[in-house]
Amino acid sequence: MANIKLSEDKVNIIKEIAKSFGNRAGEVINVLHQVQGKFGYLPAEVQEVVAHELNIPVSRVYGIVSFYSFFTMEPKGEHPIDVCLGTACYVRGAEKVLDAFARELNVQIGKCTPDGKFSLNTLRCVGACGLAPVAMIGEKVYGRLTPDMVPGILAEYK
Amino acid sequence: MAKYKMHILICGGTGCKSSNSLQIIENFKNILAEKGLSNDVQVIKTGCFGFCERGPIVKIMPDNTFYTQVKPEDAERIVNEHIIKGRKVPDLLYTNPENKEHVSDSKHMDFYRKQIRIALRNCGFVDPENIEESISRGGYEGLAKCLTEMTPEQVIAEMKASGLRGRGGAGFPTGLKWELCAKNKADQKYVICNADEGDPGAFMDRSILEGDPNSIVEAMAICGYAIGASKGLVYIRAEYPLAIERLKIAITQAREYGLLGDDILGTGFNFDIELRYGAGAFVCGEETALIHSMEGQRGEPTLKPPFPAVSGYMGKPSNVNNVETFANVPIIITKGAAWFSSIGTEKSKGTKVFALAGQINNVGLIEVPMGITLREIIYEIGGGIKNGRQFKAVQTGGPSGGCLTAKHLDTAIDYDSLVAAGSMMGSGGMVVMDETSCMPAIAKFYLEFTCEESCGKCSPCRIGNKRLCEILEKITDGRGTMEDLTELRNLAAVIKDTALCGLGQTSPNPVLSTLDNFWDEYVEHVVDKKCRAGVCKKLMSYVIDREKCIGCGKCAKGCPVEAISRTDYTAPGHKLASMVIDSTKCIKCGACINNCKFGAISIH
Repeated sequence: MANIKLSEDKVNIIKEIAKSFGNRAGEVINVLHQVQGKFGYLPAEVQEVVAHELNIPVSRVYGIVSFYSFFTMEPKGEHPIDVCLGTACYVRGAEKVLDAFARELNVQIGKCTPDGKFSLNTLRCVGACGLAPVAMIGEKVYGRLTPDMVPGILAEYK
Repeated sequence: MAKYKMHILICGGTGCKSSNSLQIIENFKNILAEKGLSNDVQVIKTGCFGFCERGPIVKIMPDNTFYTQVKPEDAERIVNEHIIKGRKVPDLLYTNPENKEHVSDSKHMDFYRKQIRIALRNCGFVDPENIEESISRGGYEGLAKCLTEMTPEQVIAEMKASGLRGRGGAGFPTGLKWELCAKNKADQKYVICNADEGDPGAFMDRSILEGDPNSIVEAMAICGYAIGASKGLVYIRAEYPLAIERLKIAITQAREYGLLGDDILGTGFNFDIELRYGAGAFVCGEETALIHSMEGQRGEPTLKPPFPAVSGYMGKPSNVNNVETFANVPIIITKGAAWFSSIGTEKSKGTKVFALAGQINNVGLIEVPMGITLREIIYEIGGGIKNGRQFKAVQTGGPSGGCLTAKHLDTAIDYDSLVAAGSMMGSGGMVVMDETSCMPAIAKFYLEFTCEESCGKCSPCRIGNKRLCEILEKITDGRGTMEDLTELRNLAAVIKDTALCGLGQTSPNPVLSTLDNFWDEYVEHVVDKKCRAGVCKKLMSYVIDREKCIGCGKCAKGCPVEAISRTDYTAPGHKLASMVIDSTKCIKCGACINNCKFGAISIH
């Protein structure tokens, strides 16, 4: 725990969450859910504190974070963009929509723009297949997308 | 309870919510309050009606009028015309595409006519956040019947007689599964509901949980009684916040009504349910992987035996069923096994819910009897292919399934016929494709998914699928050879035979079924370096017809990589020199085609 750079407040938040689950190793996934809910992502130093609090090796925490796609070690943008790549969206041209977002923002998939405004990710099935292809920006769902709609949508957030 | 004369049912499912249905609900409530009708007309937010293509859906009861594609501003018109004056609003009714007539009762729509709704029986009819509505439609009757009139053995016998098979994919007989778990003696057993719907393009479990969570609570309690378990666990995707919320409400209300907890209905039977959250891993649909995930481990599968019925969650006997399977249970108990087994085919009883999606006119959630043909689903319920294009294939079973073609259209579908045709039932994704889908690219799409989702424990799945994916990438990039096609087949067979769990054993299915059914298309990619669907970017080029080009330059302005420049050739009759695309710079994004108003750009 020597070179952890987290502020004391943040360490305390993690400690409290771990405590609410009785510091039990078996609750590690639930703890990580809540910690990610607070911080938005799970950088290495956060994982170290979680491991310490639950008294398990950091490797086990990292093993879980890297295994499940819901957990992320990358920070999300102010407006996280998730393009659905479920099959229904894929056959209705979701890849072209994804390309358009990447091109328009000049950002790689899975990354955040340098100003921290947008992050671009993919997900599998929002459950709104009737509107395919769809993308989510924050909580808002955009349906029946075509690549040429992308600049207009992004303009809403700039 | 207030006595309402009319009810306005509004879909609060994910699809309709994405089209602003919550605002519609708000508007209805406000307008009714303004007009002093709040005590006469009730507004109910329901679960999914199924007809997602035409969402948001608003249904008026008791006259069963079905309004489609309603906008928030339409609420006022519906109240003024329909609620107050008793006149339907014609332009919001569904229009039969064939005779252009308005249809107001959903029973008469082609989309619903061939459906039998058993698992979805309450979706769209009840307020999922109010247990009383569920009870008024027969909810918890099955549990009461089990606890007061039947022994656990009789419950299991009834389930076995019904012929219900697991709706999660493999189709294992549910009654038998319960019996295996019931036989094992232990101080604690668990009923586990698999709500970790991971198949991209399937959303029936979510719709059931969002539309009728009480049926799952009831079914789990029935299962607990049958196998001798007092604890239930629902493993649910964290990505389904609405389903989680509604399930929590149902559990809380069931406890208040004495339908969960200690001494249920005064019979001495104890049962309660807790939630566990999944974190997005497709392999966790496999029951041993799911159990490990619930225990706070990586969701890696283990060899069976021991089956969960012997050693499951925390080493105790556990019974795992998926959401849709559970949704069938209460009604089997109340209506009887004989009724249930009268529906369906010889070896597959009852109905199956499919998420019908892709290039089809009526996207939505449908429930059809086993034994229906693909033709009936695609052309009658689904309303045919979008934009009048040609049907090419239908993919069932998600990443574990395969693609069926026109020659399978008249096959009566059930668990066994789908396997015989090289696909599988899976969880019920059904994605329809037309000629704009490229089959090697579809196979690659699924393999990329499998590579991402493989847990990495066994090498056939971890390494084999990666190699399959690389070969498919070679083919779609135009670098493939005929030897690669042979290699695909060989490798796929090895993975099928040697992978540890269901995910690996079925992962080559998309490759094998497309090789079998679309061999010509693979050969075209490999020999002619052509993609007939125009999907594989490396196999196509964008070309400007210099005779048609008027030289307006709009294509060049819209080109994100500055691949378009002006030539010194001016076509006869035009004032400006034509444009040309530098194929070495072109990223094939298609922006220029969209920008050209003169049809001068085409794909070769």
